[in-house]
Amino acid sequence: MLIRLEPRAEASRAMVYQSPLIAVVLTLIAGMIMFRILGTDPLQAVHAFFIEPISTVQGLAELLIKATPLILIGVGLALGFQANIWNIGAEGQLTLGAIFGGIVALAFFDVESIFLLPAMLIAGIVGGMLWAAVPAFLKTRYNTNEILTSLMLVYVSFLLLSYLITGPLRDPDGFNFPESRLFHDSALLPIILEGTRLHLGFLVALLFAVLAWLMIVKHIIGFQIKVIGMAPAAASFAGFKEKKLVWLTLLISGGAAGLAGAIEVSGPIGQVIPVVSPGYGFTAIIVAFLGRLHPIGVVLAGILMALTYLGGDSAQITMNLPNAVTGVFQGMLLFFLLASDVLIRYRIKLGAPRVREVTQRQEGVT
Amino acid sequence: MKLFGKIATLTAAALATATLAMSGVANAQSDPLKVGFVYVGPIGDHGWSYEHNQGRLALEKEFGDKVETTFVEKVPEGADAQRVINQLATSGHDLIFTTSFGYMNPTLRVAKNHPKVRFEHATGFKRDKNVATYSGRFYEGRHVAGLIAGKMTKTNTIGYVASFPIPEVIRGINAVAIAARSVNPDVKIKVVWVSSWFDPGKEADAAKTMIDQGVDIIMQHTDSPAPIQVAESRGVWAVGQASNMSAFGSKAHLTAIIDNWSPYYVARTKAVLDKTWESGDTWGGFKSGMVEMAPYNTAVPADVVALAETARKGIIDGSVHPFTGPIKDQSGKIVVPAGEVAPDGMLLGMDFYVEGVEGKIPQ
Repeated sequence: MLIRLEPRAEASRAMVYQSPLIAVVLTLIAGMIMFRILGTDPLQAVHAFFIEPISTVQGLAELLIKATPLILIGVGLALGFQANIWNIGAEGQLTLGAIFGGIVALAFFDVESIFLLPAMLIAGIVGGMLWAAVPAFLKTRYNTNEILTSLMLVYVSFLLLSYLITGPLRDPDGFNFPESRLFHDSALLPIILEGTRLHLGFLVALLFAVLAWLMIVKHIIGFQIKVIGMAPAAASFAGFKEKKLVWLTLLISGGAAGLAGAIEVSGPIGQVIPVVSPGYGFTAIIVAFLGRLHPIGVVLAGILMALTYLGGDSAQITMNLPNAVTGVFQGMLLFFLLASDVLIRYRIKLGAPRVREVTQRQEGVT
Repeated sequence: MKLFGKIATLTAAALATATLAMSGVANAQSDPLKVGFVYVGPIGDHGWSYEHNQGRLALEKEFGDKVETTFVEKVPEGADAQRVINQLATSGHDLIFTTSFGYMNPTLRVAKNHPKVRFEHATGFKRDKNVATYSGRFYEGRHVAGLIAGKMTKTNTIGYVASFPIPEVIRGINAVAIAARSVNPDVKIKVVWVSSWFDPGKEADAAKTMIDQGVDIIMQHTDSPAPIQVAESRGVWAVGQASNMSAFGSKAHLTAIIDNWSPYYVARTKAVLDKTWESGDTWGGFKSGMVEMAPYNTAVPADVVALAETARKGIIDGSVHPFTGPIKDQSGKIVVPAGEVAPDGMLLGMDFYVEGVEGKIPQ
């Protein structure tokens, strides 16, 4: 017996938006089965993983802190992905943002000014944009694949940070350890919830998502992005300038990633360190797709992804479960999402191809 | 049936919550000391984090019901560290060991908000009333390993797989160079920086490259056993890092420098139980048992073993110091005059190579 995947005439619109929810539910069920097999109480484990981390104000604040860079980068990437422009190097753009923001903070180390923080954030955006401008230039000028160039620049950015942090940016009183000085208070993002670490950066991320959403639904650029993604030929007939869109989406997503980097160093970290991000730039790619490339969806997806990290910590602390559980949960979530998406676009057919096709083929032979 | 299933699930959930709440009460009554550990790597790295976890297990063995231990592994050194340390502090842990340099500032920030919780930070230099620091004088082990390497090398070239150019790593490289050249003045040290504490692929590549360049002894200041495996397959010698790595290459494994945290962890936990805990800095070596040598390879000749053992015992009784002058830097300038030993301050901030090390420190 044969199993075939046959494309559906049209994917259900409702299901496209429901599939992340289905994936979450299936992940929970599969997770409970896994906990059962591991010999722990499934309900208690799920409680430790998904409820306990956000059962306190502090926990909720930490959730939003963790989600902030994922949302910022995810929203930016989603714009490009809609236009089939694949910026895979957000991690590098984030690193440049952290470097630029950090340099401003350290260059004006003794200066107390309300302009310092905005200057750092703008420097971060500029840093991210510069790093994204390289793939944009190479793509528009030489038609180079931006997936490769943006990804390769990630490793260059790591080396650049490594050079700076063991040299010029190193704390002069720090026994030669590769860390910068701790930033001055005026270079740190204000806390928006007393008694927690929740900083202004989260509101910046939300604002960015709203702006991106307005651009997609209200502005001609958003329309062009969608058309170019769905029907490139139609877009060129309509006279849309593809090169302009390549530049625009790469600069926006690069700038957003750079801003996320500057926010990380001026927010929860408070100094420049050799590794600024535990892979936010790559995780944000998953977040963008989990959020259906829709800015509001990305906000929700970013929070969900942040929860899987926090849940992993708390499952280790209260249940003594291994750290690998986090990775398994993230993997299952992606697997079920992709599987649902396949079933939304295709239907499963059992048995041989349809009779009409078979007869057509026979006619062709005779 | 469906409804019944729902009720059953709800009851189970309620029971689970009740049990959780009750276990919380029970904890408060019997009051075991809760000790938390934060690891930078996986506990299965067979190096740094593995040995810290051995120390945690030693606590459970030593104190039984009197302590309850928790660990969180693979915690990135950035914004996440503070969250995890804070979570341990707020969930009733009385003593928290944060076992990587990058946890220094996060540990201090959390400690400020939890004055009653004691913190122990490994390899850092900032302390507070409730934050103590500790580290091992691993260079004592490197000295012994360097003596053996100086005697065993045929090509007079030792390869060193290094992680980050921080004083601790540079100190180790220099200790090897000084010791090896004291028994064999022709020895040169090649260093490859892999910019990671744990990256088996890069560590193996570094080892292969250096063997191709004529190195016949591989040393490492990274945590995976990959360089040992490369040395074994290429038929050269190697020295293990942090734990006894002979299982990964029994022929190649000359010895290993073992980090033994158990005595320190037991002592500090006991101090909290006895209410005598105080902040301070501990830098332990062979004498306190924090640094140990793994059994020497049977292929090491008896006179070399004797040389190594004499040095080890000399370090314990204080007659031998691995950084005894004259010590020259790469340019030949004397940095420690003959007859003097380098002060701890110089060792802690070491940022230069001694004579015999090739290349430059990445800056």
